[in-house]
Amino acid sequence: MHIAEGFLPPLHAAAWTAVATPFVIHGTREIGRTIKAHPEAKLLLGAAGAFTFVLSAIKLPSVTGSSSHPTGTGLGAVIFRPPVMAALGTIVLLFQALLLAHGGLTTLGANVFSMAVVGPWAGYAAFRLLAKAPFSVRIFTAMALADLATYVTTATQLALAFPGQTGFVGAWSAFLGIFAITQIPLAIIEGLVGVLIVKALRTWAAPELEALGVLGRSQTRGEAPTEKVSHA
Amino acid sequence: MRKHLGTLGVVAAIIALFALAMILGTRHAPGEGEAFVGTDSAATTHIEASQPGYSPWFKPLFAPSSGEVESGLFALQAALGGGLLGFVLGTLRERRRHRAAADAAAASDAAAAPPEPRS
Repeated sequence: MHIAEGFLPPLHAAAWTAVATPFVIHGTREIGRTIKAHPEAKLLLGAAGAFTFVLSAIKLPSVTGSSSHPTGTGLGAVIFRPPVMAALGTIVLLFQALLLAHGGLTTLGANVFSMAVVGPWAGYAAFRLLAKAPFSVRIFTAMALADLATYVTTATQLALAFPGQTGFVGAWSAFLGIFAITQIPLAIIEGLVGVLIVKALRTWAAPELEALGVLGRSQTRGEAPTEKVSHA
Repeated sequence: MRKHLGTLGVVAAIIALFALAMILGTRHAPGEGEAFVGTDSAATTHIEASQPGYSPWFKPLFAPSSGEVESGLFALQAALGGGLLGFVLGTLRERRRHRAAADAAAASDAAAAPPEPRS
């Protein structure tokens, strides 16, 4: 999914880095604030980071005959809000750029913007907009959309850099054909995996999720609420 | 058993989607030996075809020496993440068990305590 090293013209690479940097700085500060306000949620923060680490390492086959990675950023976006995922996603992308030659340092800004900014915000927006839907539906939609939005953004970034003879729209549909169509079944799988993980977390970490505002009082399972809900 | 039916259904759907991707993906593969090529590789191939003059202006600082080494490193990343995720889920589960035990003990103590004398 990541744009390979050196595959964005220098001007585009610099522009995406400039766009992504404030999100990463804000996200890093947000992690500090979250840990200070909710020290009991450190384990969940580890779970959100680990989930992204696992999912972005797994290349899955798709119905188009290509393979791609899920992103796993929707989980952290729903639990901790999207800014935190800008920082966690950057760590994952930096690890892959330095040790796996997957993505790259020159394309890190563009990849951060697609996977760690747009994806989490798209997923979180879906989670909030579906406030009246069943909780599992909200999680599924948030996680699948975070995944899919990442790849639509990647296709957009490449089409802007390489419009070719067909222009932006032609290039965009070509890159969407490569990325987004392949990603649809993988996004559905990611949404389903997310439903399972969140089901486990609701059972084992209901007070923490409630304190973070992810679960309302009616959504917990037999655990007493500990703090006021803030963004459920 | 009934409360696990939903979970089993989700697991079954994931397996079915995998199977469907494998079957349909093999049919749609562009050519022999090229099944399930990564979308990032497909994108770079498309760029090289549509912009013949373009060549990457920066090389990775480190590149795995072979596909096997690359797969191993990806597996290592997945193992690190999976290990941490398993540790977190296990710890949360134990924490919940201890919480429930402490709550039960407190409730039991409260029930066993003699009633306060009326003044």
